[in-house]
Amino acid sequence: MRSFARTHATEVSLLAVIIAISAVLSVSTANFFSLGNAFDLLNISSVNIIFAVGLLVVLIAGGIDISFAVAASVVQYGTAIALGWIGGGGWISGLLIAGSIGILLGAINAFLIHRFKVISIVATISTFNIYFGLLMFFTKGVSIYDLPDWLTDRVILFEHEMPDGTWIEITLPVLVMVICVIATWVLITRTTTGRQLYAFGDNPEGARRFGINIGAMQFIAFGWLGLMAGIGGLIQAHYAQEVVPNALYGRELDVLAAVVLGGARLGGGRGSVLGCVLGVLLISITQNGLNLMGVSPFAFKMIIGAIILAAITLSNTNIERLLPFIAQKGAGR
Amino acid sequence: MSTIVERVKTLFGPEMAGPGLAFLAVVLTFGIASPQFLSVATFGSVAFQLPELGLLTLAMLLPILTGGLNLAITFTANIAGLTLAWVLQANGGVDAGPGAFVLGSVLALLVGAASGVIMGLVIAFTRAHPILVSLSMMIFLRGLGEFLTRGGDVSGFPAFLGPLGHGSLLGVPIPLIVFIACVFAWNLLLSRSKLGFNTYMIGSNLDATRYSGINTRKVIVLVYARSGAMCAIAGIIMLARFNSVRIGHGESYLLITVLACFLGGVNPFGGFGRVIPVFVALVVLQLLSSGLNLVGANQHLATAVWGLLLAGVMVLRFVATKFKISFVRKET
Amino acid sequence: MFMHQLATAGGSEKPLLSLRDINMTFGGVRALKNVSFDVRPGEVHCLAGENGCGKSTLIKIITGVYRPADGASIEYDGETYSHMSPVTAQDRGIQVIWQDLALFPEMSVAENIAFQTVLGRWPKLVDYGRMRQIAKDALARLGVTLDVDLPLKEYAIAQRQIVAIARALVGEARLVFMDEPTASLTQSETDHLLDIVRGLSASGVAVVFVSHRLAEVLEISSRITVLRDGALVGVYPASGMTQSRITELMTGKTFDQRVRAKSRDDQPIVLEVKGLSRPGQFEDVSLTVRRGETLGITGLLGAGRTELALTLFGMLKPTSGTIALEGRQVRFSSNRDAIRAGVAYLSEDRLSLGLIQPQSIADNLVISSLDKILAGGLLSDERKGGLVGRWIADLGVKIGLQQDAISTLSGGNQQRVAIAKWLATDPKLLILDAPTVGVDVGARAGIFDIVARLAESGLAIILISDEVPEVYFNADRVLHMAQGRIVGSYDPRASSLAEIEGAVYA
Repeated sequence: MRSFARTHATEVSLLAVIIAISAVLSVSTANFFSLGNAFDLLNISSVNIIFAVGLLVVLIAGGIDISFAVAASVVQYGTAIALGWIGGGGWISGLLIAGSIGILLGAINAFLIHRFKVISIVATISTFNIYFGLLMFFTKGVSIYDLPDWLTDRVILFEHEMPDGTWIEITLPVLVMVICVIATWVLITRTTTGRQLYAFGDNPEGARRFGINIGAMQFIAFGWLGLMAGIGGLIQAHYAQEVVPNALYGRELDVLAAVVLGGARLGGGRGSVLGCVLGVLLISITQNGLNLMGVSPFAFKMIIGAIILAAITLSNTNIERLLPFIAQKGAGR
Repeated sequence: MSTIVERVKTLFGPEMAGPGLAFLAVVLTFGIASPQFLSVATFGSVAFQLPELGLLTLAMLLPILTGGLNLAITFTANIAGLTLAWVLQANGGVDAGPGAFVLGSVLALLVGAASGVIMGLVIAFTRAHPILVSLSMMIFLRGLGEFLTRGGDVSGFPAFLGPLGHGSLLGVPIPLIVFIACVFAWNLLLSRSKLGFNTYMIGSNLDATRYSGINTRKVIVLVYARSGAMCAIAGIIMLARFNSVRIGHGESYLLITVLACFLGGVNPFGGFGRVIPVFVALVVLQLLSSGLNLVGANQHLATAVWGLLLAGVMVLRFVATKFKISFVRKET
Repeated sequence: MFMHQLATAGGSEKPLLSLRDINMTFGGVRALKNVSFDVRPGEVHCLAGENGCGKSTLIKIITGVYRPADGASIEYDGETYSHMSPVTAQDRGIQVIWQDLALFPEMSVAENIAFQTVLGRWPKLVDYGRMRQIAKDALARLGVTLDVDLPLKEYAIAQRQIVAIARALVGEARLVFMDEPTASLTQSETDHLLDIVRGLSASGVAVVFVSHRLAEVLEISSRITVLRDGALVGVYPASGMTQSRITELMTGKTFDQRVRAKSRDDQPIVLEVKGLSRPGQFEDVSLTVRRGETLGITGLLGAGRTELALTLFGMLKPTSGTIALEGRQVRFSSNRDAIRAGVAYLSEDRLSLGLIQPQSIADNLVISSLDKILAGGLLSDERKGGLVGRWIADLGVKIGLQQDAISTLSGGNQQRVAIAKWLATDPKLLILDAPTVGVDVGARAGIFDIVARLAESGLAIILISDEVPEVYFNADRVLHMAQGRIVGSYDPRASSLAEIEGAVYA
């Protein structure tokens, strides 16, 4: 346990902060500490967690992706149109189509980055503009409301009324999220490919000397994020029961903040699925708690921004004091 | 002939190749495609659209040169605009006098600089990644602004502000004059001042710069403070142009400013990049959207083409360096 | 001629590895010219040559990172290849310990050592249990215990070196390359490493050893292959070889060294340090440096030399003791104060702390004296060009354009620019910390000629080096530092090199 705390300092401190916040909220609000609320939180956070674990893989491999959220919007439109062609479809065909389009969009990033040695932030800022511009151009900014029924109907996999009258519900988004989280966890910690991704992000030149296929690493990382963006996009359409072209615009930076809060490092080699999920949850819980406390919704973001700023400041101060050579390594960038 | 080439090279540096070629390509393509393109009207529309994006790009440029990024620029501009708006409203709104405007502008600049100073301090002292620091500052400022304005508009400003947004002086739009003055100031700062020199050095290697006796923390704080102040200038111009302030105005410019910097040959890791090529890159972007407008496309298609342009320039740069290596490299 | 030497140096034993006709070209430059090289089973073979002579390129060809020009033949253990691939090389038991180690600091020790278990084209499940076992076995073979579950970044450089060696031993290594394995090790760590190398050799593993420390090379190896400018000079048995002979072969020049020491006792004192301490780094250090005097400080890595220098330069604060410059006590709050007071410090780490590699020669030279090139409050290109031109000429730096990146210069020329950068600040005291690291043997003499000239012109100089001969031949007095304390003071005119070396390496 002690060595877990040492090697997973970020996760442990995130968990501690979440517990502390939850304790304060349980005392100060009546409804926070209920299973119903906890499941609500999971429902609300599902899409962001799916995006987050996808982005995590790219960050671990040493890249960054700005384009995945608008890519998810492109997927929503593409899937809606493709479903129209095949006459409705269902969850399986929907997920297959969405996943494939997502992987394709991710592969475009990987292609620019690997083939032409364009730095990932530059490549994905250009694809961000290409995807979003073309999406808005072709859709003329018009939303789609007449989605297939199977897509807009709420799917409740499990529900149970609690003695206090609240309902706990596990909905489809939660199930999909859990599958994505487990799949990502298996990929990056249990498979050799995942360990190669870590190694590549940690020391690209070292990885190259071992004969790790650098191109494959880029395509796997960005393809995985593309897949997650596709699935997340479809689930978001399901959750919102509509497809709005700019609904996910700007989400990329919020997700990035959460993932980095969860301990992933810009520059690669570090990050865990647990930390990533906790990072998203910390933000959702804070938002949820502020809501229950009756704080104006307009103040949420301000407080969350301040929390992230404080967290980043504190965690970096610690790391530099404890391990000075990390700071030296980071200074090159 | 070769001396002219040399002089152009030393004046603009190798960064000029990408935006220069893009400029020629855009002017030629649209000049042939549309007879109205090479007209006063096109350049008029470019002249009015250029300043907002341009000022924000200047604000983005300095942090990128240090190897960082300032993702809070658009909301810093909004908050600074809000500061000016309040001073004007507190002094009579529509009837506010020039004194209130001057006071408000000074306060707006201070607010913008203060946002930069906070980011600079965090980045300089904790060495947290600038993307994260400015991202959380962005989320904070957006929240702060929405909290203060309840998501609404603030408007009702004195009439004399109109010309600052729409007026012309001797046929040149006033926002453009402000922007060009800022371009010159930034060019002077980067090419001739000690701060500018140190900005480039820090961008390439912070520790070596510190070992050389430069107060690197001070430089980083000053760089972000100037970036914030430049956002405030953009915020003031935006206030005058829209005759209102709303949190979220200009939000879509954020990643375009980064795009413009990269298109202008700025090194994404810092240390290299000049103001003039970035200026040319900005002109190219606006010419592109004006040209596309003329042939019947809208701003969204222009956004997509901007993205394609950046990708295209990076790909060409890769191809060019590949060729160069086999011809130029004489020793290793 | 080369074949003749090979024949005389070689024996009847069949080589494990035999390279013929290796050519390699980078962007029009021939990095290797018709090089041949062979290694016998179980021998320790040294590959010697100056920086850029092609050693690293040769290693990368043997391990499959680079592909040689057509016509090459790589014969290894009975099979002939036209080129290698990293995977084949590893499968056949060829391992490398790279100079930069090529480790993964964020990953666990176990994963670093058993890294080959995660390689392979198709995804497999990771067997962490097996990984741990492999790591423990490999470490046990070296007689070392480390917590294999901790991330590698928790360990210091010496342990990382061990991890890199352990990794090379996994999976039946038969040929191990070690590229500058002792560069950042202390003497006792180096001794341990050399023992490990002997052990490997005794167990039948061939080791190719690359080191710039020629004493080590002579101690450990049985044969020495010398490369110069990408071409083979020859293969020589280590017995009967001397350091100066290897240097001659590497550079193609002969050197004679003489003690330069002089007495400067009649000169005024520039720096006087009394009882300076930083617990854990150095204790109770007292010393004086006079005008025109070169004070040598030597000692092993980790003796506190660099920390002492950084304290004199204002980048570290002493907990007790005093520093006086020209009789006035000083207290620096940063290196800016030190520079203003006339102290200059040439960093031991030229690549990442001494010079800003991507930036231009001119900018690197003026960075510490920007005030000198101001005109009307702004930087003047004209003044900059003038200042840079004067120093470049004065120190005889060979450059193309002032605007070229400093990284395009050779190590020796870079170091001259670094010295010029500090001279431009008009220092009274110049601290040179390991000024010949990464400088070719042939260019070192030129650096010391400059040092002598500067001293003659009245500068006080502290010369820090872990190579005892450097301070012995070039300083007026030599201090020996060990475990943070000054433990000996020598006058090169009265002591022999062997006496000082004996004390330092004891």
